[in-house]
Amino acid sequence: MKDDFIISTRNLEKHFNAGEVQALNGVTVDIRRSEVLVVIGPSGSGKSTFLRCLNLLERPTGGSVIFEGTDITAPHTNINLCRRRMGMVFQHFNLFPHMTVLRNLTLGPTELLKKSQKDANAKAMELLERVGLADRADAYPSQLSGGQKQRIAIVRALCMEPDVMLFDEPTSALDPEMVGEVLDVMKKLAQQGMTMVVVTHEIGFAREVGSRVLFMDNGVIVEEGTPEQIFEHPRSERLQGFLSKVL
Amino acid sequence: MAEAFAKLKESFIFNFIEGARWKYITNGLWVTLKVTFFALLIGIVIGVVVAMIRSSYDKMKDEMRPGLGKTLMTILNTICRVYLTVIRGTPVVVQLLIGYFVIFVSTTNTVFVASMVFGINSGAYITEIIRGGIMSIDNGQFEAGRSLGFNYFQTMRFIIIPQAFKNVLPSLANEFIALLKETAVSGYIGLMDLTKGGDVIRGRTFSAFMPLIAVALIYLALVMFFTWLIGKLERRLRSSER
Repeated sequence: MKDDFIISTRNLEKHFNAGEVQALNGVTVDIRRSEVLVVIGPSGSGKSTFLRCLNLLERPTGGSVIFEGTDITAPHTNINLCRRRMGMVFQHFNLFPHMTVLRNLTLGPTELLKKSQKDANAKAMELLERVGLADRADAYPSQLSGGQKQRIAIVRALCMEPDVMLFDEPTSALDPEMVGEVLDVMKKLAQQGMTMVVVTHEIGFAREVGSRVLFMDNGVIVEEGTPEQIFEHPRSERLQGFLSKVL
Repeated sequence: MAEAFAKLKESFIFNFIEGARWKYITNGLWVTLKVTFFALLIGIVIGVVVAMIRSSYDKMKDEMRPGLGKTLMTILNTICRVYLTVIRGTPVVVQLLIGYFVIFVSTTNTVFVASMVFGINSGAYITEIIRGGIMSIDNGQFEAGRSLGFNYFQTMRFIIIPQAFKNVLPSLANEFIALLKETAVSGYIGLMDLTKGGDVIRGRTFSAFMPLIAVALIYLALVMFFTWLIGKLERRLRSSER
């Protein structure tokens, strides 16, 4: 039943500066299909590093990541093929400023999945429609608000038809009034059964949408459980301390 | 006043019209443009390749596993660094003479030799310009490309280079203009470029003022024209972000 888990990590470690800084200290997690895994923790806890290790944007210094049955940390795995099936959304959107929205969305599908421009456009427009931005298809990223940019960034990842979506603090760089529109898109995505790993400070989102919550500190998982267990009945002192500050 | 003007006209006719000496200027201009064009082409190709090797080495050296790939990159990177040091550390006239009398001895095609030497020379400066441009692009752009599944070179091609190119266009234009003026030393290897053409007329007519001022004015006009053209191109490129 290995297919139950879409991503598994085993003893993931990441050291920076030749071992001086230990960002991850042995993280072992199994992520199920259609699960929304929310990772919370104080800044510097290693939660972003953990997420970036899942698609090897950060190469772990120890341990392994198994994605759909393949050990992607093994030397000869083609990581580029795996990344096509793992969408990623960044804190700072990272849209390509020299392309229109539509081209941002279709670059991957046409160049990597070898779709025709017409098919890619149709798919992109359909997804844009769903996030309510179909009328901005010909705009450039600099003409969009932060919330719009992030929704486009989500669509860009979705256009590759990934099996899992990784979110790296997707609302942290947004003005408060724009957080809602992005979270709404993510909520809808979760309802459609997308597997999601979300690093966030949005406790409300974690509580409402998350199927499982990880609390990380100092590069290790301190506590994990359902949102109810984590937020209503925190066991460890560190989690209690963290929640008392953010709630 | 009228007298001075008549004198000038007489000098003009004597220097350029008689014996169809204007042909030294026009042929020379054509040669200068040809050499500049080919040199720029060679320079940009070298510049992009070397800049990519240098910046990808800097980016990947920490995370690459030891092996053939890493050894190869280290060797390439070393070659590039030596190239940059040598070319930027010696005068272009010396490089031109070495190119003509030492390296390309078997050819008398001075346009070819000059294009190669100026291309290789300018490649070193263009490398640094493009490398600066690549480094000026936010790392998030690179990560976004890689996260979609693009490999290193596709990310460079579709995402980084187009943006870097736009950023470096002004510096690239400066390099082009510097190159155009630098080719004036081509006479050292007997190439009949614009400067040499003017100088030949001076030798024939024993009057320096008219041919040399004409040459200077033509360079000036060329530079002003290209500056204007590049400014236009820049505005076009920038408007795509509004």
